[in-house]
Amino acid sequence: MEILVCVKRVPTVGGTIAVTPDGQQVDTRMSGWTISPHEECAVEEAVRITERLGGTVSVLTLGPEAAVAQLRDALALGAGRAVLLETDGREFGPIATAAAIAAEVRSRGYDLVLLGNEAADTGDYQVGVRLAHQLGWPVATGIKNLTVSAGGAVACREYRGAEETYRLPLPAVITVKEGINLPRYPSLPGRLRARRAQVERSPAPWRPEGLRKQALRVPAAAGRRAVILGHGTEAVPELVRVLGELGVLP
Amino acid sequence: MTALCLVELDGAEPADASLRAVTLARSLGTGVGAVLFGGAVPADTLAGYGVTDAYLVEPSAVAGYAPRAWARVLAGLIAQAGATAVLAAGTDRGHEVLAHLGAITGLPMAANCTEVTPHGPGAHRVVRHRWAGLLLEEAILEAPVALLTVAADAVQAAAAETPAPVAVHVRTAELADEDLRVLAVESPAGAGGASLATARVVVGGGRGVGGPDGFAPLEELAGLLGGVVGVSRVVTSEGWRPHRQQVGQTGTKITPEVYLACGISGAIQHVAGCAGARHIIAINTDPGAPIVARADYAVLGDLHQVVPALIEALRARRPGPA
Repeated sequence: MEILVCVKRVPTVGGTIAVTPDGQQVDTRMSGWTISPHEECAVEEAVRITERLGGTVSVLTLGPEAAVAQLRDALALGAGRAVLLETDGREFGPIATAAAIAAEVRSRGYDLVLLGNEAADTGDYQVGVRLAHQLGWPVATGIKNLTVSAGGAVACREYRGAEETYRLPLPAVITVKEGINLPRYPSLPGRLRARRAQVERSPAPWRPEGLRKQALRVPAAAGRRAVILGHGTEAVPELVRVLGELGVLP
Repeated sequence: MTALCLVELDGAEPADASLRAVTLARSLGTGVGAVLFGGAVPADTLAGYGVTDAYLVEPSAVAGYAPRAWARVLAGLIAQAGATAVLAAGTDRGHEVLAHLGAITGLPMAANCTEVTPHGPGAHRVVRHRWAGLLLEEAILEAPVALLTVAADAVQAAAAETPAPVAVHVRTAELADEDLRVLAVESPAGAGGASLATARVVVGGGRGVGGPDGFAPLEELAGLLGGVVGVSRVVTSEGWRPHRQQVGQTGTKITPEVYLACGISGAIQHVAGCAGARHIIAINTDPGAPIVARADYAVLGDLHQVVPALIEALRARRPGPA
């Protein structure tokens, strides 16, 4: 089973998120970088599939040279090969991103391409679907349970508290969500191997798209200032009164 | 001119998230055409929200949910209805169908919009979520037909001031085999219970709960309030609770009347999931916890004491068992 996993380098956000003074980017002076969470699970899922069925996990990212750090993180988790589609620092839209990935898929040949359901930062929700259309492959999105065999894939996701199931022939594109697995911690040998591994590089062509960012901003605070109802169990009568006021008591 | 809006059904009625999308569609100032797959047209409700036309795609044309087939139908309706925009709720299905529509038509798509206004011919100014709503992006969407999903936790559904009758059009679909290659097989298990995304009350538990055994009182409290339990990311990463209960950027985004956050510090990835709550009440030992700054009300104290006392008080209000 030859699997390609597409990951994205995104800032680590913990307690706050801020925008640079020109309003064009997230201020990353105080943050680190990580693989977007859904995609970390995609790497883990791919490694588990090849542990069972054999084959190779290739990991791909589209980004600047610095994104090699995230490729090495994926190699440490068990991916065997890494590809950087190198950008010139400009933000790629989903159409150009899908086109660049499609070119890599065509040049090598894969049975399965896994992506995150949406990137943590841009949240465009469409790269996987556009990629599938370019390749002429079936696609399922938002998957939280995946069973792959030589004959095809059975993919499940949540729908209004129920589970819906999709059956796909291979090759296919599948986008996954966090919760499909709990990613392993990288082993020490894995990390050492990742540090030495070769990364294949090719340039990614940027093109303008119809959705053009003007500015980013932090939403105005909702204007909430917590009313302290009290301390400990003494606050309970007041809490019950408030719940009643808000109309949620039976 | 019209804006088409994919309307998902919740039983016989439009899903709340879809009514939010219809509400945003009205701000385009065109007529609003609802597109429904199967079922009957809930014409009265749609009229109340300002829908002027309803396109009902016959169930025999597309059996069940097939995202690419739904997109193919929408692509056909764009020309028939003279649509300048197609909207859908920012749900799994909404995002997926519009992404397929974007791929079929070659049009760009803006996900999770909170505002949209016409911006000259062939363009719209949109405000949309990035980072699951922790940031807003102001953007220009230049396209002959604007494809938009609507951030369901940031736009309120509002009835129209002057409802008019809905003209119903029944459509059959012209589909290729490849449009039906990926179909949902729905399982009945779990359907019917209150879901995290639509619950009126969510009782949240975070690291402060202490471990997998600490959730029984939260479940009981949620039961008494007719709600469900949601948890923070650390709780699912630790394996204390299943991931489907996670509230957050990588879990479920909730829109309850009341979110009762117990022992949750309020990391930004969690806030992305609960910012759509109408009211937040925090129970936390730390008055400096970020969740307290985001809450409407706070009880400063240990959830292990406050929650059992609250349960007792709520039980005492109810007629006791015989």
